Amino acid sequence: MALPNKPLGELKAVRDPEVEEREVDILIVGGGMAACGTAFEIKKWASDDTKILLCDKASMERSGAVAQGLSAINTYIGDNKIEDYVRMVRNDLMGIVREDLIYDLGCHIDDSVHLFEEWGLPMWKKTEDGKNLDGKKGQKMGTLKGGATPVRTGKWQIMINGESYKRIVAEAAKLALGEDNILERVFIVEILLDANKENQIAGAVGFSVRENKIYIIKCKTMMVACGGAVNIYQPRSVGEGKGRAWYPVWNAGSTYTMCMKVGAELSMMENRFTPARFKDGYGPVGAWFLLFKAKALNGLGEAFAGSDAAKEELEKYAPYGTAAITPTCLRNHLMLFEMKAGRGPIIMDTVTALAALGETMSKKELKHLESEAWEDFLDMTCGQANLWCAQDCEPEKKNSELMPTEPYLLGSHSGCCGLWASGPDFDWVPDSYKVKADNGKVYNRMTTVNGLFTAGDGVGCSGHKFSSGSHAEGRITAKAMVRYAKDHADFAPALSQTKEELVDLIYKPVRLYLDNCEYTTTVDINPNYVKPSGMAMRLMKATHEYGAGTATYYQTSSKSLEIVMDLLATMREDCEKLAAGDLHELMRVWEIEHRIWTVEAHLRHIQFRKETRYPGFYYQADYPGQDDENWFCFVNSKYDPKAKAWDIFKKDYVKIISD
Amino acid sequence: MPSFVIQEKCDGCKGGDKTACMYICPNDLMVLDPNAMKAYNQEPDQCWECFSCVKICPTQAIEVRGYSDFVPMGSSIMPMLGTEDVMWTCKFRNGLIKRFKFPIRTTPEGTANAYPDLKGKDLESELLSTQEADGYTIPVPTETA
Repeated sequence: MALPNKPLGELKAVRDPEVEEREVDILIVGGGMAACGTAFEIKKWASDDTKILLCDKASMERSGAVAQGLSAINTYIGDNKIEDYVRMVRNDLMGIVREDLIYDLGCHIDDSVHLFEEWGLPMWKKTEDGKNLDGKKGQKMGTLKGGATPVRTGKWQIMINGESYKRIVAEAAKLALGEDNILERVFIVEILLDANKENQIAGAVGFSVRENKIYIIKCKTMMVACGGAVNIYQPRSVGEGKGRAWYPVWNAGSTYTMCMKVGAELSMMENRFTPARFKDGYGPVGAWFLLFKAKALNGLGEAFAGSDAAKEELEKYAPYGTAAITPTCLRNHLMLFEMKAGRGPIIMDTVTALAALGETMSKKELKHLESEAWEDFLDMTCGQANLWCAQDCEPEKKNSELMPTEPYLLGSHSGCCGLWASGPDFDWVPDSYKVKADNGKVYNRMTTVNGLFTAGDGVGCSGHKFSSGSHAEGRITAKAMVRYAKDHADFAPALSQTKEELVDLIYKPVRLYLDNCEYTTTVDINPNYVKPSGMAMRLMKATHEYGAGTATYYQTSSKSLEIVMDLLATMREDCEKLAAGDLHELMRVWEIEHRIWTVEAHLRHIQFRKETRYPGFYYQADYPGQDDENWFCFVNSKYDPKAKAWDIFKKDYVKIISD
Repeated sequence: MPSFVIQEKCDGCKGGDKTACMYICPNDLMVLDPNAMKAYNQEPDQCWECFSCVKICPTQAIEVRGYSDFVPMGSSIMPMLGTEDVMWTCKFRNGLIKRFKFPIRTTPEGTANAYPDLKGKDLESELLSTQEADGYTIPVPTETA
């Protein structure tokens, strides 16, 4: 019998990969909404001889958080005041946000939305008599740019037919940048500092997941925008359902880890997002609450969110809790309050909502409404639609359960962790929010490392950008990088590592595998190495139990944090023993490496902030409640790559926009 | 809810320039077994059920089966992606079938205006290229603290 000691994947890894060395002026790492914005914008500003390269771990046509599509664009300013956008984000994120970044984004976001519509993304429109038209029929009302009225669900969201959202946006990005300047299926795993210039980015290294090939790329400036972090806490479904993450399961914290490892300052990494969604399928609830006006009930059938007890609870978190729109974390908090008191489970009353809407609608209109409800799932969470089919759930006849998910880290949705990045160089922006580069100049969205930029989920303290904001932010970054490259035309990047050292770093898991795989008869069980699948479970078990995961209703304590930090330290040591037999597995190795560092940053920040700023997202049991006197500030951290030591500290919040 | 490949329908995209599902999967799950000339999902528990492979497959060989850890058997949802619309067929466990058609795009594929000839003028301003071309002025916050 042949021993099954062979890698599982189809594309086997070899000991000595081919190496391709490149030198460009500007490198774009990532291919999602932000990177597509950068790709679209950058050549408009760069001279024709500027060398630009984009590396995406997947295929841009369906990469990133919008791969599956979306049923709404969650931020479109339109007739609203940008100041109100800032106020909304500030209130949702419990007061501590970078108002310069948010206001700045508000100035540019609609321009990207108008481009999406021009490129072919169908946008719903209002008729003159107030009826909704889908994106195809709505074309006769003209364009949003031309003054047509979008269909709003809340104050900021507009409805779209967004199955092909990412394909359309990627198409424009690829056409603008040129296929020759794009490497797909290349996973950048480490970024590199300059050998001579202190705190200056100089390049990146990664590998192809399609062939045994390493890329060493030198550059003058770079943007890292690879999304947030998913599958860092044990998900509620632990079998095949592990993949049914709410946020894209392939987001591995690469943005945060790669940047922190070269010393870029992180901010608000304690912030997280645990969305309440339809149970198990994780289908969106926004349209149900806002468009269909459905209510969430507790297990006793009470609309708990409007009760006196809920109001009393929310008053503890004034002014946020008493604002017209309850912050996302406090909505979760109320739900958890019911569940912990034994009044669960929480049910979305779709039956009553649709019946109420049906009272004023014709049969045809009702049919259309039903179709809209299904499209909400089919455009962005297809699996939820299948779950309803499997449960014989027709929402007009049967209610569905809601549940807060496992935690996610992100900076573009209703969360705000990420890198500390510069705001724009305007007079109204406080000096402390401007990051000065080596030449004394301010480059919008540059991190604290010279030449290193980020966007989308990467920029901290500025949530609620969503898809359109991430795209616009990528465009802002594009222009800033061109300016940086032009101002640093004489800079010749030099790497301190040799080619051999970098190959050894990247392919170490392959070599470890090849050196040891013949020792045992089962490829996954070997005392000399650990596979990434095992390490992933180890990380998720630790965070689940100690790091305020779902196991404890998102509660942690100082002692639990101490324990989980010990577990993480051992995990990081054992990451030296990660092994990969094929290229897909090598990708998983680097992803788990990225996840562990990101989680460590998250928990260090929770440990440092001695209050519970976001009840409903997490609770620090030793420091319940908010402590504005001591903690109304940002928490920033910085890893020193030379000393291999962390520093964590407070940073002043500056209020720019009035209440 | 992992994707699966129907043996009889998959031809490994042998007539095409690339294996479509392998090209598109955002999580690098779909791979081609070159000996059998059939594709398969190499890591089903990391499938996000995004349906990208289902939508792109030229022989409709890929479908999705609900996650075994919470989805009852017997249902299916299946998209047919056209150039302007997507058609969904949703089959319930009890046999009920619902069909939906939604627009996906209002322009022909490949025609997105990338503004290839647009060149920005003032690199020192904070205006994006299309904003500059439109004569937009960046607002300054007036309702300040």
